[in-house]
Amino acid sequence: MEKSWNNKAWFLVLPVLLLVAFSAIIPLMTVVNYSVQDTFGNNQFFWAGTDWFSDVLSSSRFHDALLRNLAFSAIILLIEVPLGIFIALNMPRKGLGVPFCLVFMSLPLLIPWNVVGTIWQVFGRVDIGLLGYTLNAIGVDYNYVSDPFDAWVTVIVMDVWHWTSLVVLLCYAGLVSIPDAYYQAAKIDGASRFSVFRYIQLPKMNRVLLIAVLLRFMDSFMIYTEPFVVTGGGPGNATTFLSIDLVKTAIGQFDLGPAAAMSLIYFLIVLLLSWVFYTVMITNDAKG
Amino acid sequence: MARIDLDHIRHAYLPNPSRDEDYALREVHHSWEDGGAYALLGPSGCGKTTLLNIISGLLTPSEGRILFDGQDVTGLQPEERNIAQVFQFPVVYDTMTVADNLAFPLRNRGMAEADVQRRVAEVLEMIDLGAIAHRKARGLTADLKQKISLGRGLVRADVNAILFDEPLTVIDPHMKWQLRSQLKLLHRSFGHTMVYVTHDQTEALTFADKVVVMYGGEIVQIGTPQELFERPSHTFVGYFIGSPGMNVLPVTLEGARAQLGGQSIALPGAAGSTEGKRTELGIRPEYIQLGSAGMPVSIRAIEDIGRHKIVRAVIEGHELAIVLGEDTSVPADPHVTFDHAGINIYADDWRVKLGG
Repeated sequence: MEKSWNNKAWFLVLPVLLLVAFSAIIPLMTVVNYSVQDTFGNNQFFWAGTDWFSDVLSSSRFHDALLRNLAFSAIILLIEVPLGIFIALNMPRKGLGVPFCLVFMSLPLLIPWNVVGTIWQVFGRVDIGLLGYTLNAIGVDYNYVSDPFDAWVTVIVMDVWHWTSLVVLLCYAGLVSIPDAYYQAAKIDGASRFSVFRYIQLPKMNRVLLIAVLLRFMDSFMIYTEPFVVTGGGPGNATTFLSIDLVKTAIGQFDLGPAAAMSLIYFLIVLLLSWVFYTVMITNDAKG
Repeated sequence: MARIDLDHIRHAYLPNPSRDEDYALREVHHSWEDGGAYALLGPSGCGKTTLLNIISGLLTPSEGRILFDGQDVTGLQPEERNIAQVFQFPVVYDTMTVADNLAFPLRNRGMAEADVQRRVAEVLEMIDLGAIAHRKARGLTADLKQKISLGRGLVRADVNAILFDEPLTVIDPHMKWQLRSQLKLLHRSFGHTMVYVTHDQTEALTFADKVVVMYGGEIVQIGTPQELFERPSHTFVGYFIGSPGMNVLPVTLEGARAQLGGQSIALPGAAGSTEGKRTELGIRPEYIQLGSAGMPVSIRAIEDIGRHKIVRAVIEGHELAIVLGEDTSVPADPHVTFDHAGINIYADDWRVKLGG
């Protein structure tokens, strides 16, 4: 039978195409445009080729920020994922405690990011903050404004406070989907508490954990608002992550070319790492 | 292997049961002989699974004791009771291989690895899974997964009993037959006490030496398939077992005769006292002769189901099912006679003995 062609169908795709163009492609192309040119204002542009890219890639400032970002993501994943699993395992499965726990767990997720930053900025202050003041009062020398280590601890604890709930809720969803018969069979088979976790609960949480790790990795790697509000990237450059550095370059110093090159590199790194995470976990899943 | 005694077991899921209706299991007082193959048969919600879970220790009964070989195990956990149980839906450990799944209960009990391997190989042979022993359990079909569950139930040779909770629900019909025969064979060769819960009468009757029929949280009859068929002790058993079920007709008794509307039916003997009770006559469709002599009936429908025909008739205003040979035809002026051997009399749903 002759296949009929009707090119009018393209019109149906058009709205989506326009939407994607204006929301993603055109802004991205603008960045690409900036990244290969130099400007001294007055809308005059000069071709710069790949100069900005090699500049950024060889700058120690970029390397340091990237390392800080990787360290930060690694630390919060190592804390939030096990902690989230642990809390989810200990949440009640039925009864009045369930809605209470769920609401309680969702609360941090409902707070706007810069509000979270402000809360912790005030909370940690040594002069008026409950946390900072108390710590100093009991003899712990804590000051996130002057001590890089304290600043890191503050930013990490804040992130754990803010985002562990997400891991908890996802794991909990995985856990409640396990039929009772599995636990009964495990009892009959004489399985230990650890075996139940290792062979029943963990495999059933596998899929949601993949999502949790991906989300937490991407978010933590792109973190901006909270540390910016709390430490502003300091003391010195101690908590200057890639996003904060990027904004400093683009808006603080108005170096649009390097900033554009940097954001493209940044974007590609996030994309690449997410892909690696996903592939590794999916392959494990298939094997496992 | 053990004899299991249920000593006045009652169970309620509600916290403070006061009336009989509050109990999921009203009262079970019964012994399972060592090495017996029992089927627990009954409709959904009759307490079969509750009873099974009480035996395995997943549930602790509200009242009563449970004894294994005379030893009280009421307070013991399932793993301490040394019981195997197979569930309705396949439970497999996804991340393990088929062989590891079977080895799991053995390893948990600290069996030496060489013995584990030997035992697993035996069971793999029994349930015919040797070919996929080293595949991951994930991604196998429901059939195969349930076979693994069955295998895990069979792998421990020293268990007190093996309990099956409708294990063949998810299995294809042709496999069902095969697995059921295999189970029966295993029972013969190893002599474990086996309790098999099902709502399928064919399954119960082919698997078990003794069938335990439950209804409304109580055991209504325990007997061989033949006893259940010929002498149902409760109208429910008569109705539940057999296809179609037993005909139950309201009658009044006068000595050795039963009065059904305008018809009088001779009984094999006189019933004892049934004062003030609702009396009924039960007769299976197989024990009714359709011919030109006897009590007049009118025919409503004839269902031809291949091997035989089922005649739906009406006698004295009551429905009556009759089984008729495939080659027999229905007479123009139909009458029926009841075979003496097939007549049972019930008072308030329970069978009464007919004297002499």
